[in-house]
Amino acid sequence: MNSKSLVSIADISKEQMLDLLARARYFEEHPNSDLLKGKLVATLFFEPSTRTRLSFETAVNRLGGRVIGFSDASTSSTSKGETLKDTIKMVSNYADLIVMRHFLEGAARYATEVTDIPVINAGDGANQHPSQTMLDLYSILKTQGRLDNLTITMVGDLKYGRTVHSLLMAMRYFNPTFRFVAADELRMPAEYRRFCDTEDIAYSEHTEFSEDVINSSDIIYMTRVQRERFSDVMEYEKVKDLYTLRNAMLAGSRPNLRILHPLPRINEIDRDVDDNPKAYYFEQARNGVFARQAIITAALGIDIPKP
Amino acid sequence: MTATHKEELAVAALRNGTVIDHIPSAALFKAVHILGIEHMDKSVTIGNNLHSGKLGSKGIIKVADTEFDEATLNRIAIIAPTAVVNTIRDYEVASKRSVSLPDELVGIVRCANHKCISNHEPMQTRFSVTRSTDGDVVLRCHYCNHCVDGKDAPIL
Repeated sequence: MNSKSLVSIADISKEQMLDLLARARYFEEHPNSDLLKGKLVATLFFEPSTRTRLSFETAVNRLGGRVIGFSDASTSSTSKGETLKDTIKMVSNYADLIVMRHFLEGAARYATEVTDIPVINAGDGANQHPSQTMLDLYSILKTQGRLDNLTITMVGDLKYGRTVHSLLMAMRYFNPTFRFVAADELRMPAEYRRFCDTEDIAYSEHTEFSEDVINSSDIIYMTRVQRERFSDVMEYEKVKDLYTLRNAMLAGSRPNLRILHPLPRINEIDRDVDDNPKAYYFEQARNGVFARQAIITAALGIDIPKP
Repeated sequence: MTATHKEELAVAALRNGTVIDHIPSAALFKAVHILGIEHMDKSVTIGNNLHSGKLGSKGIIKVADTEFDEATLNRIAIIAPTAVVNTIRDYEVASKRSVSLPDELVGIVRCANHKCISNHEPMQTRFSVTRSTDGDVVLRCHYCNHCVDGKDAPIL
């Protein structure tokens, strides 16, 4: 196991998190540099994810590094039956850093155990996606000017949505108040409610996406409710529109409220919200490059220039 | 010699070795498997569905001329937390102790999550051992974070 890897948001301390956020801010101000000059980053996407891969590759390129890799396991030797261990060992001979996405859960953790070069988890099945969480945190920090004492409302699929689980865990350092808004079938799993209890985090659960909830929020984190998550199609039809955010619902909201969404969205945020200045989901995606520049430089032990 | 007498002789006391008692009947053969007893060449006596005041029905394993180290014995704690281990030397009980759960289980149980990397790569499984608020053993996969109740954990 190498200590500079980033596998799960649960592994990193408050200090590391704040360091990554400070780096992200630096890269927003200085997007282009040659901090990665002479470094080679391998992006191994055993499962296709164009958005995440392009974001990581943009980050490397803007830092002056070079990229090798594949974007689909069918073009790698995995399709010939090579084990993950062998692929990681082979790539470790070439690259200084591995960014990997895999359809199997725990793949990134295992990769860190078979190589000496740092590994960044760019998503392992339904398990972890820490760079998404770092960009969410950076977006919250940027829009609110702080991370402490915020009221964060999470809406939609709280059962399977790994982004909400990771964000919940990351916020443990910052005394948040959570509102969980979801249909019974998609409520926040007991494991994460227990996590809130043991970390002394205040939360309430709601099945109704009400005015009260909206008007007392600093952040509304929307997620997609997918039909295939429901055992009963009728149940899906009943609830699918209950968790759609429309512009009219924001009339009495706090001035500092911002709407986040990990994207892609389907219909859970109405198009009429897009022009509201409180809609932040497109800028949020842009912050992904800065957050990933931060994670890459930290993993390689590269200091950012002092201001 | 009566039939009863013969039975008594078949499970005669050990001169030297290990007696593992108070194994829940349902866990007996799993314990045999975890301890690798089926591959041993010493004499082994296994009894099951014996009357037990505490458990209702219990199993017992006697292995002659063998002493297990503590870490090995603790591997069965996940399925047989009630087990009591007696080390016998020259017909006397030299030591008697309960098994205790290790903090980590390596290579004993399989992850119940089909999408876990450990079910797809030639590698050892790893679980951290915790207890839920009501005292039940919960295993958390080191790789995929999937949790499973200790009593439901599939043994490799």
